[in-house]
Amino acid sequence: MGALRRLTVEQQVGLLFVTLFGLLALVTIVAVLRALRDDTDAEAAAARRAILHDLRAVWVGAVLFWIAWASGAFVATLLFALVSFIALREFITLTHTRRGDHRSLIAAFFVVLPVQYVLAGSRSFNLFSVFIPVYAFAALPILGALGNDPTRFLERTAKIQWGTMVCVYGMSHAPALLLLDFPRHEGRGAFLVLFLVLVVAAAQVAQHAAGKRLRALPAARQISRSFTWQAWGLGALAGGFVGLLLYWATPFKAGQALFMGFAASGAGTLGELVMNALKRDAGVRHWGGRPTVTGAVGLLDRVAPLCFAAPVFFHSVRWYFGV
Amino acid sequence: MTLPEATGLLLAFVARLITGAQGHWQGSPPKAEQRIYFANHQSHFDWVLIWAALPRDLRAATRPIAARDYWTATPFKRWLTSEVFNAVYVSRQRAQDEDPLEPLAETLRHGDSLVIFPEGTRSSKGVPQPFKAGLYHLAEQFPDVTLIPTWIDNVQRVMPKGEVVPVPILCSVTFGAPVALQPGEDKAAFLERARAAVLALRRGG
Repeated sequence: MGALRRLTVEQQVGLLFVTLFGLLALVTIVAVLRALRDDTDAEAAAARRAILHDLRAVWVGAVLFWIAWASGAFVATLLFALVSFIALREFITLTHTRRGDHRSLIAAFFVVLPVQYVLAGSRSFNLFSVFIPVYAFAALPILGALGNDPTRFLERTAKIQWGTMVCVYGMSHAPALLLLDFPRHEGRGAFLVLFLVLVVAAAQVAQHAAGKRLRALPAARQISRSFTWQAWGLGALAGGFVGLLLYWATPFKAGQALFMGFAASGAGTLGELVMNALKRDAGVRHWGGRPTVTGAVGLLDRVAPLCFAAPVFFHSVRWYFGV
Repeated sequence: MTLPEATGLLLAFVARLITGAQGHWQGSPPKAEQRIYFANHQSHFDWVLIWAALPRDLRAATRPIAARDYWTATPFKRWLTSEVFNAVYVSRQRAQDEDPLEPLAETLRHGDSLVIFPEGTRSSKGVPQPFKAGLYHLAEQFPDVTLIPTWIDNVQRVMPKGEVVPVPILCSVTFGAPVALQPGEDKAAFLERARAAVLALRRGG
């Protein structure tokens, strides 16, 4: 680990990407070979197809992160802003807004979202942290009230605010991490984003696998049949463990990396549960890849854990290290 | 590439960015044959959405209908409708001896496809209003033209009547199986059948 710590940031991140893509390639080859095998068990075949589908999403995500890292902070911020836009579009599609919400929706999409990413890009982190929870949350209901429609006003306002919070505020912390400067660790931001994504992904995979094996009682049966506290704990622990494995490239000490990984991935997988609740509320059973009525293809599903983990991670780091 | 072509591509890109503009072809593949797409009408955005959902090489030969008095009022509107979208102009004020369908018939004789909204006006109720007779007369005059029912979903949320800035919300355009006028079929029966064909494409409803 000592040798790894002495590498430059570029070398470290490069090494990580090579490892990541290598592992992905390996997993993909195995999955494709297994999918080729002639099988009479329809259920297993369907499960394999689902794995291939998820793998494709992981590939797209990994390539996106690689582009974001290789092309610098500006392009990365723009890329995350676009993902944020698409996620919010999906969120708003699934909630039932009314005509009177038109102006607040326009404000959320075309004012709040760009301003938040400009603040992230210009490293104005103090205003960045309060812009949505304070200013946007005051402005959106005002616009809603001016929409002159009292029907389910609180509910509609809450939905728009909450969508903005998750899809814009949460997501914008990923590029903010990229731009966060640690004393004596310049340029490590890119690594922090990668750290975050990897621990959250590890936690999701571990939680999924544990949920299948353990067959414990679901914590909230109406929302998700697969979410159990045991699986969640194992997932978060796996996230912490991956964080520990990666500590050599972070500004953290080993224990701190473990804790940061645990906290971020725990928040992320709980975020997934919240998205499940939202899905049920909107009457959507399956998002992943299957086009629904309006063609919501499930990007929100995939980014939700990140949207929950990123702010927790970002603010913990800022608070703890005083940067 | 000319300016109108570039504008068209830009508009299609914006429509896709804002609404996804997903085209679902159910029962009729996208094909370069002469067609009339008839759809429910909820917003000014409808035409752009159908147009963006069509494959690029079908767009040039598929023409919308524009009200002459409104869409030729300023040079920009005229340029947009005639150069970019190649629209067919119709007059809303009917002269005594003029057949209001004549410009449409002329277009079809030319071999182009049309997109029409047979309700005649934008409805915001979700369920299309009864169809106007124009569709029947066109079907009668041009039996070789394929009639494709089309359902546009969600677009009323993107741009409600009276608003100008669209809100990004996912929409889909579903193209159904062709509806043909049966020999000896009554006008009202055909129009109702066509309307039902459009409505049947609404998923989950």
